[in-house]
Amino acid sequence: MDETDRKLLKATQDGIPLVKKPFAEVANSLGISEDEVLRRTRGLLDEGVIRRFGASVAHRKIGITANAMCVWNVPDERVDEVGNTIAGFDDVTHCYARLRTKDWKHNMFAMVHGRTKQECEEVADRITKAIGIHDRKILFSDREFKKTGVRIE
Amino acid sequence: MDRIDRAILNSIQGEFPLASRPFAELGAKLGLDEDEVTSRLQILKDEGIIRRIAPIINVKKLGGASTLVAMSVPLDKVDEVADIINAYPEVSHNYLRQDKYNIWFTVSAPSKSRLDQILEEVGEKTGCPCLNLPTVKTFKLGVKFEV
Repeated sequence: MDETDRKLLKATQDGIPLVKKPFAEVANSLGISEDEVLRRTRGLLDEGVIRRFGASVAHRKIGITANAMCVWNVPDERVDEVGNTIAGFDDVTHCYARLRTKDWKHNMFAMVHGRTKQECEEVADRITKAIGIHDRKILFSDREFKKTGVRIE
Repeated sequence: MDRIDRAILNSIQGEFPLASRPFAELGAKLGLDEDEVTSRLQILKDEGIIRRIAPIINVKKLGGASTLVAMSVPLDKVDEVADIINAYPEVSHNYLRQDKYNIWFTVSAPSKSRLDQILEEVGEKTGCPCLNLPTVKTFKLGVKFEV
């Protein structure tokens, strides 16, 4: 990861142009070759600096309007096992164990997306049954204030 | 949006071809020519269905820090508080949810100290209680929607 890599990330993070040779256009703007752009991008992917290179789709616009943050209060000694079980559900896009605080005891988080709230609730119920932990909440999103993706300055 | 649009959307969410002419490669897989792929993608972009084709950056690998924050905000103040939060370019997602803690946002900052500074400022500017809930372990991270 050097200064050119950083410039490359900044040049592409808001989206590559929809032209025949998008990476050549990015290369031009950086004053390097197209080959170098491709080589560096692959390198950043291999290193994990880029998690994924692909399209970000506005799920609300394709009918996937329900977005549920499901949380469970999982005993510390079961976190690994339960996290892996939840991650195995196709309808779960993200699953994390998070720090507990004195005001928030639910430490396992899973994002479930669906066409309806009921669809999300059914997934949450199936997960709850699979892990056998009933201390849970489902927090639906009422409004999306912001969704930009992670950016660097 | 038709069957071909859906096939394109399903194919570009995962592994976008890192090649000189990526849209020609995508087209070859889907039996479409390059011009049709780019013109359909342009329409999907104009309609807001595709936000961007871009790298998803892991700030932790760049020495950065990220977290999820929950806030408890009176309903008549949510717009004002959301504007304060959204003004930070480091905030990537921000949602209103149904709970005592009703505003949930994610922050990815170039350093832990910048992250702490943002949380402190948001707390001061809004006067609302903040819960800082950083990730302990990631089990899944793969936003892909079958269309």
